[in-house]
Amino acid sequence: MSTTLSPTVAPASPGVHADGGARRLAKRPGSGATDGTPERIPFGRVLLVELQKMFDTRAGFWLMASIVIASVIATGATVLLGDRDSLSFDSFAAAVGSPMSIVLPVVGVLAVTSEWSQRTALSTFTLLPSRRTVIGAKLVDVLAIGAVSMLLALGIGAFGNLVTSLVTGNDAVWDITASTFAKIVLANELGMLLGFALGLVFRSSPAAVVGYFVVNFVLPGISGALASSQHWWAEHAGWFDLNQTRFLLFDSNLTGEQWAQLGITTLLWIVVPFLVGLRLVMRTEVK
Amino acid sequence: MITVDSLTRSYGAHAAVDHVSFTAEPGRVTGFLGPNGAGKSTTMRVIVGLTDPSSGTAEILGRRFADLPNPGREVGVLLDASAQHAGRTGREVLRINARLMGLPASRVDAMLDLVGLTDEEAGRRVRNYSLGMRQRLGIASALLGDPSVLILDEPANGLDPAGIRWMRDLLRGFADDGGTVLLSSHLLNEIEVVADDLVVIGQGRIVAAGTKQSLLASGETLVRAADATALGEALSAAGLTATATDGGLLVTADSARVGQVAFAAGIAVTELRAADGARLEEMFLELTASTSREGAAA
Repeated sequence: MSTTLSPTVAPASPGVHADGGARRLAKRPGSGATDGTPERIPFGRVLLVELQKMFDTRAGFWLMASIVIASVIATGATVLLGDRDSLSFDSFAAAVGSPMSIVLPVVGVLAVTSEWSQRTALSTFTLLPSRRTVIGAKLVDVLAIGAVSMLLALGIGAFGNLVTSLVTGNDAVWDITASTFAKIVLANELGMLLGFALGLVFRSSPAAVVGYFVVNFVLPGISGALASSQHWWAEHAGWFDLNQTRFLLFDSNLTGEQWAQLGITTLLWIVVPFLVGLRLVMRTEVK
Repeated sequence: MITVDSLTRSYGAHAAVDHVSFTAEPGRVTGFLGPNGAGKSTTMRVIVGLTDPSSGTAEILGRRFADLPNPGREVGVLLDASAQHAGRTGREVLRINARLMGLPASRVDAMLDLVGLTDEEAGRRVRNYSLGMRQRLGIASALLGDPSVLILDEPANGLDPAGIRWMRDLLRGFADDGGTVLLSSHLLNEIEVVADDLVVIGQGRIVAAGTKQSLLASGETLVRAADATALGEALSAAGLTATATDGGLLVTADSARVGQVAFAAGIAVTELRAADGARLEEMFLELTASTSREGAAA
């Protein structure tokens, strides 16, 4: 009986071997590895590698680039089409803020789901078996991207505000306080967290993105319709509807009750799905 | 060194892996053989911590995979060559892995060289790779951290004959340097050329395990002579059971005994040797038949 797969394949190299593995693994030339037990992978390195993974594909790069592009377009449109005499920094912040509120949650979703959609989870989790560490690193990266993006967007908006004042000859109006800006950042970070949590729950890019848009755009409509016919819902929806209070962050001052509502709805819509999703990621098998 | 002890993984009432125990020794290539769906991949996924076992344990170098501080530096894993981001280039895939393991970038070029991916190929996106190129990239990734254990699921899939030869020499060399290799396949021929030890699995259970020699030795002798009839008569006169096969006789005795009988009877034999591992192959075919769709025809 022939033991070869094909006539062109000769038998295995005559590596005689009888010592049952008593020999040390000989180091091949060019080996960068050291002897003994390697050190644990530091978290900082995981953070950097996960960040790199978000940018280094064409899709990832353009998603990140779209943050800048959308800010530039929004600012440009505001300068060109807005009523220039009444434009202030606040107008620009609102203009760049709205594309951010769509792009950033998608960043949050894809940070998680691309591992499953592209099946890289298989190699990710064999190189770093602690799934909690990987998810933790992604979470930190996503939040950092959110903060940096908002700073970037605000910078572009500020530039637009300056350009407007040059065009109109009026003094630029800087009417955004640090706390207003912080609230806008918070609103967007919450959106990213919602996307991230849905990513964990669904582990599929289309399902999680659609899920995000349902939560963000379809549910408010339903809630509004319900409120118009249901007096009780109209009064209490703020305790259940994440969007009602989250949207207030963009342009209003919240009352104590509204902050409480924001806390409750965040727990309901972000923390609970996050924990459920994390549990699913920890337990499900990776194929 | 890989130690699997009474490993079970059930999906509902169905046990995909059922009390599987075996050891893959350093310095040896252990072939993990079984028809499709026998539980090879599930076992391997449990070993590397991608699937939780229902019961039992799997240890590599004396530790659970999840407890290895930097697994890529100790265990090279290739479970599915297609599971790579289609939008990254081969080089980027290796760079990311090298970075996570804490290896210098020079290691990436060394591995690309080793698996025979050219600069141009390494710069191509993985979506444009053939299965054979993906396997080479997967091997490069597995070897990146200079591990002492390799776990490979069907690595020969998609390789051309020269590629299979290359892979076999690579694994042989790795084991000869003291490394542990666990290699799965659903093709007996493919695995028996390179493996020192065999673990055969069917329907989630180990059906045979041991060194290749012990499993392939059938205890039978194949003998041919110009006058097969006279030889047959001489053998039965000596009390040996002989069955005709393809112009020769298969005798349940060792070749020394068969040779003596022929010599005593004055019959010149034209061939006399230990029969091939028909038992293993038959057992494997039975396994395959009972689980595959060709079962009825086989």
